[in-house]
Amino acid sequence: MSSTVDPSNTVVPDVETAVPSDTPPTPPPPPQPKQPVEVLYCAVCTLPTEYCEFGSSLTRCKEWLQKSHPDLYEQYYSEEGLQAKLGTLSLEAQSKLEKDVAKKEAKAEAKADAAHKKKMESQVTIKRIERNKRKFVTSVHGLEAFNVDLKKAAKLFAQKFATGSSVTKNPQGQDEIIVQGDVSEEILDMISDEVGVLKGVPEDNVQLVEEKKKKGGD
Amino acid sequence: MFKKFSPSTDVSGQTILKSSVQRSIRSSLLAQFNIDAETLEQIWPKKEPLTLVKCQELGLHLTLVDEHSREHISIYALQGEPLLFQHFDGPFYPTLRLLHKYPDILPMVKVDRGAIRFLLAGAHMMCPGMTSAGGYLPPPEQELKAGTPVTIHAEGKTHAAAIGLTKLSTEQMRKVNKGIGVEVVSYLGDDLWSVQKI
Repeated sequence: MSSTVDPSNTVVPDVETAVPSDTPPTPPPPPQPKQPVEVLYCAVCTLPTEYCEFGSSLTRCKEWLQKSHPDLYEQYYSEEGLQAKLGTLSLEAQSKLEKDVAKKEAKAEAKADAAHKKKMESQVTIKRIERNKRKFVTSVHGLEAFNVDLKKAAKLFAQKFATGSSVTKNPQGQDEIIVQGDVSEEILDMISDEVGVLKGVPEDNVQLVEEKKKKGGD
Repeated sequence: MFKKFSPSTDVSGQTILKSSVQRSIRSSLLAQFNIDAETLEQIWPKKEPLTLVKCQELGLHLTLVDEHSREHISIYALQGEPLLFQHFDGPFYPTLRLLHKYPDILPMVKVDRGAIRFLLAGAHMMCPGMTSAGGYLPPPEQELKAGTPVTIHAEGKTHAAAIGLTKLSTEQMRKVNKGIGVEVVSYLGDDLWSVQKI
């Protein structure tokens, strides 16, 4: 069908005659919604790219921008771009700003480093707790340090082992996951395989602990 | 207002709003913002229910001093994305992300370049920053009254940097040229900004 129509459309006079005949009956166009403005956000600091210079990770932002949007990089950080940016700001204020940003950046970096170090040092404890002679519960503690959503992890365990699994507060007031049944080895395997939400937990930081019931407890 | 805010601890509850409440919000948005019905429909389709996220005050020690306590802040979210927020039953504010998409729904003021640094640290905007050469205030015939939500733009930047509430009318700002002119409500990089899903 369309192939037969196309050639006739390409003929210029036809189109011209068609247009005037169309115009009189056109109703006033319905009010169109305004189109949203697309804003490019920096992948590093999440701010709009033009605000990177005030963020705490300017160097990394610059690298990212240069790689992914070279034209914008040119616009913001080339010589003229820098000149244009100065605007009404005096030179000394500008240099002060730059110094400030550098300082802020160093600070943020140190902070991130410290956080990373702390993260790498933190331990995940899988504890097998004897509940009643041959019955156990397993508690997993310390997953939140590796940005694991505890609720989701608990759900994952519950699904995987078909047992009860919940997030509870231990006596110290920290959150931990309690799984019914002795599944400590399996959880260790899951962590080393990085199943689902357990991604990013280093296996070396996991320790298995056994907790026996005290004698004469019951 | 959102300098320190974390959804996991500060949110006390989420509810889907009644359709009658949604309708009243819709009409007050149309009255408050510079926006037409079609655009609003595009931002917030009629079929989509709005979720109200209530934020609570954590410690009692804050309530006494901090007038910008997180008490009675409601965030309105559409499918988990914060869209609007409100303090007590004051005016609605759009979130910055929404404002970036539709820049002209709020009136605009502009601060000079020297102020950006402080603005992005959450400071209130002083009058001289807006009356100086790099700044911008609406002309006298479009004077903004005190207590109007405004977007704060910055010299040499195309996108908004913050949302504020005028403390003085714009003409007063010109006259007095001293002290706080616009109170910053939400700014780029604050904790509301970092919440993309609630």
